[in-house]
Amino acid sequence: MLYLLKRLGFYLIAAFAALTLNFFLPRLMPGDPATALFARFRGRLGPEALEALRETFGLTEGPLITQYFTYLAHVFRGDLGISIAYFPAPVSEVIGNGLVWTVFIAGSSLVLSFALGTLLGIAAAWWRRGWIDTWLPATFTLLGAFPYFWLAMVALYLLGFTLGWFPLGHAYGDDISPGWNATFIGDLFRHAALPIGTVVLGTMGGWLLSMRNTMIGVLGSDFVNLARAKGLSPARVVLRYAARNALLPSVTGFGMALGFVLGGSLLTEVVFSYPGQGYLFVQAVRNQDYPLMQGVFLVITLAVLAANWCVDLLYLWLDPRTRDTAS
Amino acid sequence: MSRPLLEVRNLRVEYATASGLVRAIDDVSLTLHPGEILGIAGESGSGKSTLAQAILRVLPPPAIITGGAVEFEGRDLLGLDESELRALRWSRISMVFQGAMDALNPVITVGEQILDTLRAHARMEPTVARNRALELLRMVGLPNDCLSSHAHQLSGGMRQRVGIALALALHPALVILDEPTTALDVIVEREILEGVRALQQKLGFAVLFITHDLARMLEVSDRVAIFYGGRVAEVGTADQVRRSPAHPYTQGLLRAFPSLHGDPGRLASIPGAPPTLRNPPPGCRFHPRCPVAVEACRISAPPMIEVAPSHRAACHLAASESPGDR
Ligand SMILES: Nc1ncnc2c1ncn2[C@@H]1O[C@H](COP(=O)(O)OP(=O)(O)OP(=O)(O)O)[C@@H](O)[C@H]1O
Ligand SMILES: [Mg+2]
Repeated sequence: MLYLLKRLGFYLIAAFAALTLNFFLPRLMPGDPATALFARFRGRLGPEALEALRETFGLTEGPLITQYFTYLAHVFRGDLGISIAYFPAPVSEVIGNGLVWTVFIAGSSLVLSFALGTLLGIAAAWWRRGWIDTWLPATFTLLGAFPYFWLAMVALYLLGFTLGWFPLGHAYGDDISPGWNATFIGDLFRHAALPIGTVVLGTMGGWLLSMRNTMIGVLGSDFVNLARAKGLSPARVVLRYAARNALLPSVTGFGMALGFVLGGSLLTEVVFSYPGQGYLFVQAVRNQDYPLMQGVFLVITLAVLAANWCVDLLYLWLDPRTRDTAS
Repeated sequence: MSRPLLEVRNLRVEYATASGLVRAIDDVSLTLHPGEILGIAGESGSGKSTLAQAILRVLPPPAIITGGAVEFEGRDLLGLDESELRALRWSRISMVFQGAMDALNPVITVGEQILDTLRAHARMEPTVARNRALELLRMVGLPNDCLSSHAHQLSGGMRQRVGIALALALHPALVILDEPTTALDVIVEREILEGVRALQQKLGFAVLFITHDLARMLEVSDRVAIFYGGRVAEVGTADQVRRSPAHPYTQGLLRAFPSLHGDPGRLASIPGAPPTLRNPPPGCRFHPRCPVAVEACRISAPPMIEVAPSHRAACHLAASESPGDR
């Protein structure tokens, strides 16, 4: 319990650091960022937009420290300012729309990749030198070694453009109205298949190999041999004794992969014109939409921290040894 | 004597390593009767654990049983298929692994590891199973709350006791103890061995007791077998081996212990190094270290020679009265 609180404390500090960094970065730019920024937008933006920009940065009059607290208060209210690219939509709203898609795409591909890779790793170790062990690790390592961009483009070209099995982009078809019905959900999955599929193919090899290798070590340990000697069923020996222990390093890796996947989804979303955070971020950069950029940065950071805390919880539940050293 | 419980005949086990075959068990024959304690002693690497795991058929992958037979309660263990083995394991033969420290699954509770053993072999009401698990813990002198403990919360001695409780879970006819007390201090060791002895007398199971502590073994066992380089050097009752050891190796070991009640040391006090099993010396494996070796020892491996009823030794000189008396 104490351990969890400690970890929570750590994540709160990290989140606070991210917030603070987010506040100071624009102010560390050479010259006066506000003036520079305003100068750039003056011809294009109306006075309300400029006011919004001002608000976002807390670039109101007053000493830095007052500005900082104004900024914090805004953030805690969920007010991240007004987007320039999508003026006059508030950043929080723009991000909210994108976040759903990113969590859907990145989340499902990470979970799928982890689950499939881990299961195949268990199978490869258990039937050592069987066909799974002979072919799959090599195949997926090779796939993982290709640049992701290339893999995604080939998939898009072959399966989307040439064969026409999958749509070329977006989260759902223009002709379909969103709603909880079979047509819409089916369409969602048809659109998500290529982005998710390519990420899974590209990242599964890592999970597979690490699980396989840890598993081979664990299978040779005394407690697994004892489980076998006790006359337990093979399924119980493999899952409850061997895999349950071999899973621990992978779970740690899962926490770290979360950050990479969220960041990496930028590329996926660009290739498949998928309307998530990454796509938003590119739009933001293209339009010099600083409030949106900062918002995306903040949300990704917070999401990674929150997800890591969940992994901590999971680990605590999986490994009783951490429970005791913790308290 | 009654029909033997376990009969190992001409067993041969090899490890297929990258640099060639290592014959860890070479032509070993042993018998064990119901309710008997057979001690096996030998230097590190002489093949004791390999034998134990071969009997239960749980040898790790590079090991192959390349010859011989293991008969248990009249059944040929080497001929059983996987499901027959699974039914027999633990319900008839159980084992306390060497270094029981690492023999418990670190992520599930001790209780769950006892319960899954019980349930793997018989349908049991949850409360019946739980009571049986508690009874087992009590038998080896552990408190009830060990049931919900994890391995890392127990001391070495406690883990060793859990291992013994586990081994007794299904009333086996044979319990293999592979160095059940290494890494424990003498007092705990004595306590555990006395506990096992008492339980053995009460429950009547047979024990294969493996150790490299000769003094302790002679104290605990009915009969003993001395291993050397993957072979049996000498086998006899504990009394016979203690009073009139017939193999020069056994004699050397006993000389290394002036008093049985002295300091329990280890079996490394004979000059020279144990043989490498990858490339064993020709003839008798002990001859390079043997103080009384003759020409024949360098040329041919000695057969098992009966020196007294139930007392045999693999030594060319064992036929003549006492090879060690120079
Ligand atoms: N996995 C393995 N691969 C190759 N050789 C092995 C392997 N395990 C054991 N051996 C060899 O088999 C021989 C017997 O090993 P074993 O573990 O049975 O010895 P032991 O008598 O139990 O020793 P100790 O007293 O140290 O436990 C050793 O000489 C060792 O070299
Ligand atoms: Mg051993």
